[in-house]
Amino acid sequence: MFYHSVLVIGGGLAGLRATLEARRFGDVAVLSLVPPFRSHSGAAQGGINAALGNHPEGKDDSWERHAFDTVKGSDYLADQDAVEIMCREAPERVFEMEHWGTPFSRTAEGKIAQRPFGGGGFPRTCYAADETGHVLLHTLYEQAIKARLTVYEERQVLSLVIEDGACRGVIALNIVTGEVEAFAAESVIMATGGYGRLYSRTTNSLINSGLGMALAYWAGAPLKDMEFVQFHPTTLYGTNILITEGARGEGAYLLNNRGERFMKDYAPEAMELAPRDIVARAMETEIEQGRGLYDAYLLLDMRHLGKERILERLPTIRDIAINFAGVDPVSEPIPIQPGQHYSMGGIDCDARGQTPLPGLYAAGECACVSVHGANRLGGNSLLETLAFGQRAGEAAGRYAQDRGKRNPGDTPLAHGVALKAAEEKLDGLIKWEGRENPHGLRQELTELMMDKVGIFRNKEDLSQALAQVGALKVRFQQTSIRYKGKTYNLDLARTLELEGMLDLAEAIVAGALKREESRGSHFRRDFPQRDDARFLHHTLARYTPQGLALGEKDVTITRWPPEARRY
Amino acid sequence: MDRQVAFRVFRFDPQSDSEPRFDTFTVEAREGMNVLEGLFYILENLDGSLAFRFSCRGAVCGSCAMFINGAYRLACKTMLRDLKEVTISPLGHLPVIKDLVVDMRPFYRKYESILPYLLPASEPPLKEYPQSPKQRHAINEMIDCILCGCCHAACPIVWTNKDYLGPAALTKAYRFVADSRDGAENERLALVSGPDGIWRCHTIFNCHEVCPKYINPTYSIQQLKRMAISRRLHFWRKNK
Ligand SMILES: Cc1cc2nc3c(=O)[nH]c(=O)nc-3n(C[C@H](O)[C@H](O)[C@H](O)COP(=O)(O)OP(=O)(O)OC[C@H]3O[C@@H](n4cnc5c(N)ncnc54)[C@H](O)[C@@H]3O)c2cc1C
Repeated sequence: MFYHSVLVIGGGLAGLRATLEARRFGDVAVLSLVPPFRSHSGAAQGGINAALGNHPEGKDDSWERHAFDTVKGSDYLADQDAVEIMCREAPERVFEMEHWGTPFSRTAEGKIAQRPFGGGGFPRTCYAADETGHVLLHTLYEQAIKARLTVYEERQVLSLVIEDGACRGVIALNIVTGEVEAFAAESVIMATGGYGRLYSRTTNSLINSGLGMALAYWAGAPLKDMEFVQFHPTTLYGTNILITEGARGEGAYLLNNRGERFMKDYAPEAMELAPRDIVARAMETEIEQGRGLYDAYLLLDMRHLGKERILERLPTIRDIAINFAGVDPVSEPIPIQPGQHYSMGGIDCDARGQTPLPGLYAAGECACVSVHGANRLGGNSLLETLAFGQRAGEAAGRYAQDRGKRNPGDTPLAHGVALKAAEEKLDGLIKWEGRENPHGLRQELTELMMDKVGIFRNKEDLSQALAQVGALKVRFQQTSIRYKGKTYNLDLARTLELEGMLDLAEAIVAGALKREESRGSHFRRDFPQRDDARFLHHTLARYTPQGLALGEKDVTITRWPPEARRY
Repeated sequence: MDRQVAFRVFRFDPQSDSEPRFDTFTVEAREGMNVLEGLFYILENLDGSLAFRFSCRGAVCGSCAMFINGAYRLACKTMLRDLKEVTISPLGHLPVIKDLVVDMRPFYRKYESILPYLLPASEPPLKEYPQSPKQRHAINEMIDCILCGCCHAACPIVWTNKDYLGPAALTKAYRFVADSRDGAENERLALVSGPDGIWRCHTIFNCHEVCPKYINPTYSIQQLKRMAISRRLHFWRKNK
């Protein structure tokens, strides 16, 4: 058995930042599906928000303005105390990354460069060309090497170990050897990222199944606000690889099949830089009403920016468009369509990352603090990973330090039992000869979510989706794993993910069905207005032996009472 | 319209095989499909035992580097377009774990050995270290490295000397030497000018040819050589 005071599950930005903090209080280790620098965070392009005021048009920016924009963007569902913390600490987190070596792009005066992003009142998104996530993630990994952090790579965590009502470790599959391993700890931080792969069209990495959220849910920590799913307006038609909002920040236009900048009809002031929920709905409407191309996509036109600016600010985007779609944005508009992009919901926790389950913490996209409420602003998620990664790392580290160390030689009873249960489960799965192909089920699930639980929702679709997810869960019992070997068994690993995906799907659909209003990313055609009287609260989903149970939780409002949201 | 592409894939399962072999699969190729999607097609529909690595599918995580039709490439970035046949084997010169999955540790250890982190010349200021756009431009290319290992596998010096630091680690070293904020030039140059370092490079440029991020490691290595030489000359003059 392995023992560390604190275990961090996930080596993305949130996980690495948490680890670098927690190590100040004791011995920490990271478990990750992939080497940390191959995490999804590295795919982030556009930038990270902090009110630095480095841009000439950002002189009057302040953390309070940042906080207000975030709250308004959230359609007033964010907890304002947490938003204030995040926006106040943003400059410190960004400067810290710069001091650790992040190569941000620069202004003429040698400061960190900033660009405008959707829903932001000022240019406050700090960037490194269009590869901000890549450089941030590599910087943190460099610091991890410097600190000689312990990383267990290619581990798929399968369950959390509960001892006397608290989380005290995890059980993980070593993908390389096929062995199941037990890890004991005093506290555990989940930093496992989003569930984008629940949708057939998504910008997320192939590894973003959301399994981490499901593990916390199964262990007794509630999920919060799962019905809020962000669709990004501009994903490349075909592969749904992201074309950053930074492209519109740099001045690119959205055009329909008549060549019109259709955003004038939806957000006449903010135009292309309205928040994502609004732009995604506008695009879906244009396509539905026959103004798309081949009824499938619209165009992102950046030709007027000129070759030099595109090469300087958006080189990766250009390479992606040429390579994956055969289109050079210097001379042709890019075909784009909305796609799933971000999970606002996640493991319920507070601004120190603490979940209702003692010993369990969460940070980053898998967590729901909540700072994004019903709709996240671009550039706020990278910030969230660092701001709350640091805070969760500190809280979990202190908590572990207070508990002291257990005798590393012992295998605690709870861990022994959990290990055996996991081994038996995998054995059973591998031996079982069912008639369902898990990959076929996965595809059915992701198409169902895209089709019925997407940008526009209604009661009928959602009810059908709920029934169909239920049916898929029954069929999951009949899945058969075709490869029986141990080494690098992808068939097994992906089937284990599917089990989590099915339960997350259920939580998303149930929350969406219950919320009879439209707020942020959650749009009900049968209830097109926001309804603060009935729904100004968070949704909680609990896992119980009888099945999913929904509850509510108050929203914290400090200084910005809800008002109508116009752009 | 769908059409068929033959995938010849290197197979080796240490649990059951004494020798590697190639299996041929017929992939129904959609328009716009890439090699990684082809491998998923095989895994999901034809052979659940196939092993390969993946993560972002957008050419930024560096997981899926392989030897594809005679060159080291990212599987996700290699489009099928009009290919009729695709032959795939694992990243070279590293131990095979299973099928297309290799043990990357020897490659990672080299990278870790060159002090791959900023060692600032001065205490951090309250805000950012000042850096002009021109100074930032000097590291533009090197910071794009995704540690996929294509350059390392393609380097003929690595083939003959497995301890050679290789193009990726040396590019990283130069990334820090060239960063105006870094203050550890001496240590870095000392580290890379050892017997398995920069002097081994024969400027063959294979690394540049295969890099999916268009980095030119040979240039970085040449810069390091130039700096190391001028340092020696300087030292020699001073002590004459
Ligand atoms: C294409 C794209 C571009 C984006 N651009 C921006 C942007 O410009 N600005 C912005 O603010 N936000 C952006 N976002 C959002 C942002 O990148 C993510 O929300 C953020 O990076 C998530 O970081 P994380 O650390 O929470 O999770 P991740 O980076 O996803 O890391 C999750 C980690 O958990 C591990 N893991 C998962 N499950 C398990 C398991 N069962 N066992 C063990 N390990 C596990 C994985 O190996 C991984 O290391 C973008 C998102 C996408 C998809």
